Amino acid sequence: MQISMTVNGTDVTSEIEPRVLLVHYIREVLGLTGTHWGCDTSNCGTCVVLMDGQPVKSCTVLAAMAAGHDIRTVEGLATGGTLDPVQQGFMEEHGLQCGFCTPGMMLTARALLDKNPHPDDTEIRQAISGQICRCTGYATIVRSVQWAAAHPAGPGLEDAADTEVKA
Amino acid sequence: MQIPAPFDYVRATTVDNALELLARYGPESRVVAGGHSLLPMMKLRLSRPEWLIDINDLYELDFILRDGNKLRVGAMTRHTTLLESDEVAALFPIVRDAELVIADPVVRNRGTIGGSLCQADPAEDLSTVCDVLAAEAVIRGPRGERILSMSEFHRGPYETAVGQDELLCELRFGIRPRSGSAYEKVERRVGDWAVGAAGAAVTLAADGTVDDAAVGLTALGLDHPLAEAAAVLRGRRPDEELFARAGTLAAAACDPVADQRGPVDYKRHLADELTKRALRRACDRAAQMQEG
Repeated sequence: MQISMTVNGTDVTSEIEPRVLLVHYIREVLGLTGTHWGCDTSNCGTCVVLMDGQPVKSCTVLAAMAAGHDIRTVEGLATGGTLDPVQQGFMEEHGLQCGFCTPGMMLTARALLDKNPHPDDTEIRQAISGQICRCTGYATIVRSVQWAAAHPAGPGLEDAADTEVKA
Repeated sequence: MQIPAPFDYVRATTVDNALELLARYGPESRVVAGGHSLLPMMKLRLSRPEWLIDINDLYELDFILRDGNKLRVGAMTRHTTLLESDEVAALFPIVRDAELVIADPVVRNRGTIGGSLCQADPAEDLSTVCDVLAAEAVIRGPRGERILSMSEFHRGPYETAVGQDELLCELRFGIRPRSGSAYEKVERRVGDWAVGAAGAAVTLAADGTVDDAAVGLTALGLDHPLAEAAAVLRGRRPDEELFARAGTLAAAACDPVADQRGPVDYKRHLADELTKRALRRACDRAAQMQEG
């Protein structure tokens, strides 16, 4: 069957088998391997992408069901070569070690901040409660999201000045 | 890698269109809503439909609407929508209690109330919620519309009264003054099935005694509201002694199975304790509504 959807702002059309899952469509057909594939049972959350702005587990959505919708993957977080504040936050606050859960964590964080720009730590922990990290104990992920909440436009002028001095 | 067996996919555009497709493709077709119960079963090849009818475009079934003394909830209403509805939380606080502990926030973005009820998993929370709230299920099919009570709707594990050529379209909840409800669940971690859960709904009379009450259990081997508990509660003033009697009845009536989530005696203890907690909270909420 033929499906069309928008992925990271680009219209894509493909001929696929109806049983293809969205995660495999994104990774294997579109070649966007930033979306990870983990437990295959909608538990771990590393396959989370945004569908019409909402986080969904792409191992449990058919590519056919995503047709006509707007999909955003981790590759679509940065705009014009500038990292999303969430990505910057994960760098600043060491929100990852091995990086396997990171794409899903960052997309859920982006959706949370779009809905609630100033979440408290509990709200962040609830938002990511369907996603598993085995490195950080979640503490640095929560701090990373808080960093992004505090810097909604990315590193501010003061931060930029710091960078220049260090450079 | 878990991949479903081959099937053909078709997307319904309206309820009437979905019913036409169900009639056309017959018993080998299945309806998919949020997909978070059916797709995992298809990936494990426990379910192998030849035709998958996607009803996610039926926005006409995604609504929460107050209609006189009823609250009408469309079958395609997502868990997240139910959880975030302040109107639902004010009228039926048990729904928010339960939704907070159903799966996880990302799964709740996709899963629907209609899909959950039609899946009819014994550990599924909204079945108990609908039971104790005495919800009505509105089902449409080629022979028109029929409205069933939850006892008529439930047929047992993974089985409901919704026929192969029918669609669950709506749940209706009766709004009653001086009412309160609550849900108490124990789970090992976010997203896991319940070890056990209890739901309670209480309506108080003007004098503060219990006018009507319902207690239901999830994942504890009791698939209908506990009539004995309702009989004990009715006409009495809510207090700890009364909650304890209902808890004892729930523990005696349940029939849990030992599994990796716990032994029978622990689950029986949960039936007792969670019934008490749910009743205590439901009565507090009913009293507040009385004052408000």
